[in-house]
Amino acid sequence: MEHYLSLFVKAVFVENMALAFFLGMCTFIAISKKVETAIGLGVAVVVVQTITVPANNLLFTYLLKEGALAWAGLPEVDLSFLGLLSYIGVIAAIVQILEMLLDKYVPSLYNALGVFLPLITVNCAIMAGSLFMVERDYNFSESVVYGLGSGFSWALAIAVLAGVREKLKYSDVPAGLQGLGITFITIGLMSLGFMSFSGVQL
Amino acid sequence: MAQPTIKEVLLNPIVHNNPIGLQILGVCSALAVTSNLKTALVMAIALTLVTGCSNLFISMVRHQIPSSIRMIVQMVIIASLVIVVDQILRAYAFSLAKQLSVFVGLIITNCIVMGRAEAFAMANPPVLSFFDGIGNGLGYSAMLIILGVIRELFGAGKLLGFEIIPVVNDGGWYVPNGLLLLPPSAFFLIGLIIWGLRSWKTEQAEAPSYKMAPQVQNKEAY
Repeated sequence: MEHYLSLFVKAVFVENMALAFFLGMCTFIAISKKVETAIGLGVAVVVVQTITVPANNLLFTYLLKEGALAWAGLPEVDLSFLGLLSYIGVIAAIVQILEMLLDKYVPSLYNALGVFLPLITVNCAIMAGSLFMVERDYNFSESVVYGLGSGFSWALAIAVLAGVREKLKYSDVPAGLQGLGITFITIGLMSLGFMSFSGVQL
Repeated sequence: MAQPTIKEVLLNPIVHNNPIGLQILGVCSALAVTSNLKTALVMAIALTLVTGCSNLFISMVRHQIPSSIRMIVQMVIIASLVIVVDQILRAYAFSLAKQLSVFVGLIITNCIVMGRAEAFAMANPPVLSFFDGIGNGLGYSAMLIILGVIRELFGAGKLLGFEIIPVVNDGGWYVPNGLLLLPPSAFFLIGLIIWGLRSWKTEQAEAPSYKMAPQVQNKEAY
C-alpha cells in the first residue's frame, strides 16, 4: 500500500506532467483562461488517463511485449515497434467510446465535458502517460495508480494556472508581453516552485 | 482565395506566423529537449520531416478520406511516420534516442503536425502541402535552435559538446548559469522571445482583455 501511495505522490508533485515534463502544453495554455473550464478539462483528463494507462498496459503485456504472444503459440514474436500506433489507437477509441457512453447515460456530465473530450485525444499528457508506463515497466496495479496520479497532477496544474491568469488579466502588462508571453513567464515561475518538490525522496 | 506560392508557405511560418510564437502549437517538446543543442537539432529535423511527409501523404489521399473518420486516418499516417523515425533513431543513434526518451513518440500528438494536416493538407495539393509542412517545421526548428544555443552556451559554456566559453570549474573565467539548464528557464526564454518578436511585429500583439478605466475627474485630489 505504501508503495502505491508514494507512487501517487511522486506522480502528482515530483513528476508533475505539466510543470516538470511540460506535457500537454498546447491545451494547458489555450484552455486556462477561466477556472471553471480549466477544472472541467482537468477532470476529463483524470478520467481518460485513469482508463487509458491501464488499458495500454494490458495491451503491452499481453500483445506487444517480446514473448508476449506465447499464449498464442508465437513465443519469439516482438511487436513492440507497433507500440506508438496501438497506443494512440487505444486512446482515440477510448475517448470516442467514453463520449458516446456519457452522451447516452450521463448527459449532464457529457454537457459539462463535451467540448473537451475530443481535445484530449491530441493531448500529449495522455500519450506520455502510456509511454512513461512502458518505459518504466509498471505492472497493472502500478499503472492504475500512475494513471490516476499523472492525470491528477495535470488537472492540479491547469487549475492553479487558471486561477493565476484570472487575476493576471487585471494587471498592466507591457504590450508585446500581453497574453501569451506573460503566460509563459507565469508557468516558468510555477514550475520553478514545483522544482522544490524534486528533492523529495520517496 | 488566391493559391499561396511555395515561397510563401515555406518562409511565412518562420517569422510572420511562427507555430510556437503565434499559433501556440507544439510547445511541449520545445521545452523538454532544448537543454542542449544536439537533442534540439535532432528533434527539429525529425519534426520537420514528419510534418512535411505527413502533409504530403494526407494531401494525396484527401479526396478519399470520409470526413467523419478523418482524424483516425490522419493519426494512422502520422503514427506510421513517427514509428519510422523512432526505429531509425534507435538503430543508428541509440544513446540519443534514450536521451530523447518519450519525446520522439510524442511527435504523434504534437499539435503542429496534426494542425497543419487538418488546416492545410486537407485543402491543398500535395506539393504545396509538403512545403507548408517543411515551412512550419522550419519555424519550429528556428525556435528550438535558438533555445538550444542559448541554454547550452550560457548554461554549460559549450555548443554541441565543444567548449566555447571556458567555465570556472575547468580553470576558465565564465561562471555558468545553472538555471538555464533547468526546465523552467525554457519558459522564461520563450516568453522573452515572444516579447521580442511582438515588439518587432507589433501586429502580432494581443489586445488586453481588461483595460483600466481612464480617470475622469483629475481635479478631485486638489
